[in-house]
Amino acid sequence: MHNAYVIADNIISPLGFSTTDNYNNLLKSLSGIKLVDDQKIYPAPFYSSIICSDEIEFHFDRLNAPGIYTRLEKLIILSIKDAVQKTKIDAGNEETLIVISTTKGNIDLINTIDDNIEKKRLFLWSLAEQIKYYFNSVNIPVVISNACISGVLALIYASRLIENSVYKNVIVTGADIISEFVVSGFHSFHSISEAPCKPFDINRTGLSLGEGCGTIILSGDRNLSNEAGMISFCGGAVSNDANHISGPSRTGDGLFYAIKNTMEEMRNYQVNSIDYISAHGTATLYNDESEALAISSAGLENIPVNSLKGYWGHTLGAAGIIESVAAIQCLRNNILPGTLGFEKHGVSKSINIIKQSVKKEINSFIKTASGFGGCNAAIAFVKQ
Amino acid sequence: MNVNITSYCSIKKNQVYLNGKIHLAIAGEVPFKQFTNQLYKTLNMDYPKFFKLDNLCKLALLTTEFLGINENITNPERTKIGVIVSNSVSSLDTDYNFNESIKERKNYFPSPAIFVYSLPNILIGEICIRHKITGENAFFISKEFNPKIFCNYVNTLFLSQRVHGCIIGWVDLYKDNYESFIILAQHKKYSNEKNIFEENTLLKLYKGE
Amino acid sequence: MGNLIENLKKEIVRNFKLENIRWEEIDTDAPLFVEGLGLDSIDALELMVILEKNYGVKITSSEEGKKIMYSIKTIAEYLHENKKDDL
Repeated sequence: MHNAYVIADNIISPLGFSTTDNYNNLLKSLSGIKLVDDQKIYPAPFYSSIICSDEIEFHFDRLNAPGIYTRLEKLIILSIKDAVQKTKIDAGNEETLIVISTTKGNIDLINTIDDNIEKKRLFLWSLAEQIKYYFNSVNIPVVISNACISGVLALIYASRLIENSVYKNVIVTGADIISEFVVSGFHSFHSISEAPCKPFDINRTGLSLGEGCGTIILSGDRNLSNEAGMISFCGGAVSNDANHISGPSRTGDGLFYAIKNTMEEMRNYQVNSIDYISAHGTATLYNDESEALAISSAGLENIPVNSLKGYWGHTLGAAGIIESVAAIQCLRNNILPGTLGFEKHGVSKSINIIKQSVKKEINSFIKTASGFGGCNAAIAFVKQ
Repeated sequence: MNVNITSYCSIKKNQVYLNGKIHLAIAGEVPFKQFTNQLYKTLNMDYPKFFKLDNLCKLALLTTEFLGINENITNPERTKIGVIVSNSVSSLDTDYNFNESIKERKNYFPSPAIFVYSLPNILIGEICIRHKITGENAFFISKEFNPKIFCNYVNTLFLSQRVHGCIIGWVDLYKDNYESFIILAQHKKYSNEKNIFEENTLLKLYKGE
Repeated sequence: MGNLIENLKKEIVRNFKLENIRWEEIDTDAPLFVEGLGLDSIDALELMVILEKNYGVKITSSEEGKKIMYSIKTIAEYLHENKKDDL
């Protein structure tokens, strides 16, 4: 059985078009969340993290890509390309699979009339075909659409395929864009904060939505990376609360099981400690409390934990990937960013929330996620 | 592989097939709502929440109901039952309904009761709530039913004993076109049916061969 | 006010797909949420949208909402005082 090594990664967000730019901006406490006043998206101003369209066009034009691509597809292509060029892999050959994590895909097309883009691009399999077409892939990309755990689930799925030699390399990419559809939907839940989100804070009032794309390339061959430092998958698990489709469990049991099962699996990789937790931390009243209960039930109250939603907002299908890339950067650099927006402890368990960025030697982390439909996921990586 | 298919159910064109044989059929072109109400009564479900579900979730829940979860899953550990589902349209049927509530600014009333169903994995949530299943779950999108996508993954879950049983299938619905195919697979310790859980068998059963 | 109460009951049965209950059976004073009809948190949000759409009244906070939407009676009283006259 092979290990699944991280051989490259990328983040595209308002904080930059590379992992390095994004991570450096995190350490400068910069946020992509701004007050957005765009009647086409929502009738009133709201806080959100949106990438400058001109920047996307500027970067994408340089590719001279034949064909027409949607905003989301451009982000995915740019992100995968940036990651792939840091490796020795061929993105399209039979040994390589692309896995796409997204909650709503090209949902911005639902009301637009664009002669250049067929409505069928609303279908996520059609989005996958576009990506296959661009990279000239032998294999049809796999699409995972499982609410906000999609990114973490996609990484677990990819890791298991590599460990079982189904593919040598898996390019895992996660992306979602800000749209009228999603913004109005979350507003109807009254779950959008009227100020930039404050994860785990006593005065938190909800989430801030964001858009972006993250890519992690996993491979069974650690030598295919141009970068030093070997980081690999060492456990993951998914669970369901079986309680309510849009509210997290009040006990945090579902996420607790996902964390517990991940910790058990980590022992198979001889990883016996967790040095850092990158939480889901959306800053809604119920998610953060539920997550704190889960972390506490797992006996991890003392482990440094942060939420990075204050920098990028909640990027839905991209969140699990973008935030895992950031955690991988933490493993490489031994600096943990603070929880932007957090000021005063506001959950019932005394979990160890990182407020300001801190230097800390870490060798392993767990990334957690929870989503609509009662789903929860956790994944662990270790530095060798 | 030590995993068998305990039972399987397909629903399409007003017909229900159970374990390869026709189980129920309603004559004529009956609208989906009427068809599903009829199935609900036939199954004696006693589950008022059913009527709040969107059409995709109704189809998923009814198909799963025919599998006989309580009778056929002998190991009571519901934390070790997985639910792996796929489709081609995601939740687009409901997405268009939600869009109706927002597309005109003069009549702009985004509906939370519709929006809550605008993700395909919600049907997994509804299955889990109904059957108190808390294990591994995942939703995939593909143009057609393609067991290749998840067979390896499901096998790793059985091998590592993360699951001892798994509900797996395809639930697709867009306006008047609907189709579902769901199987209950279990470790052979709990099921001695002859159909083995593997890609080609799944495809054959799906096609009704 | 009787008409208002009847309309509210019909709307609730229709919008929340209460197949087992006829509008005449709904107790005007009984709680709508948790006990009584057992509507949930999503139903509460949806009811706020329905009240705004059909009666023009906007409930802005969930605390305010819990009191106003306690029962058909409390909703009817609130609407009677606050609804727009042209609706």
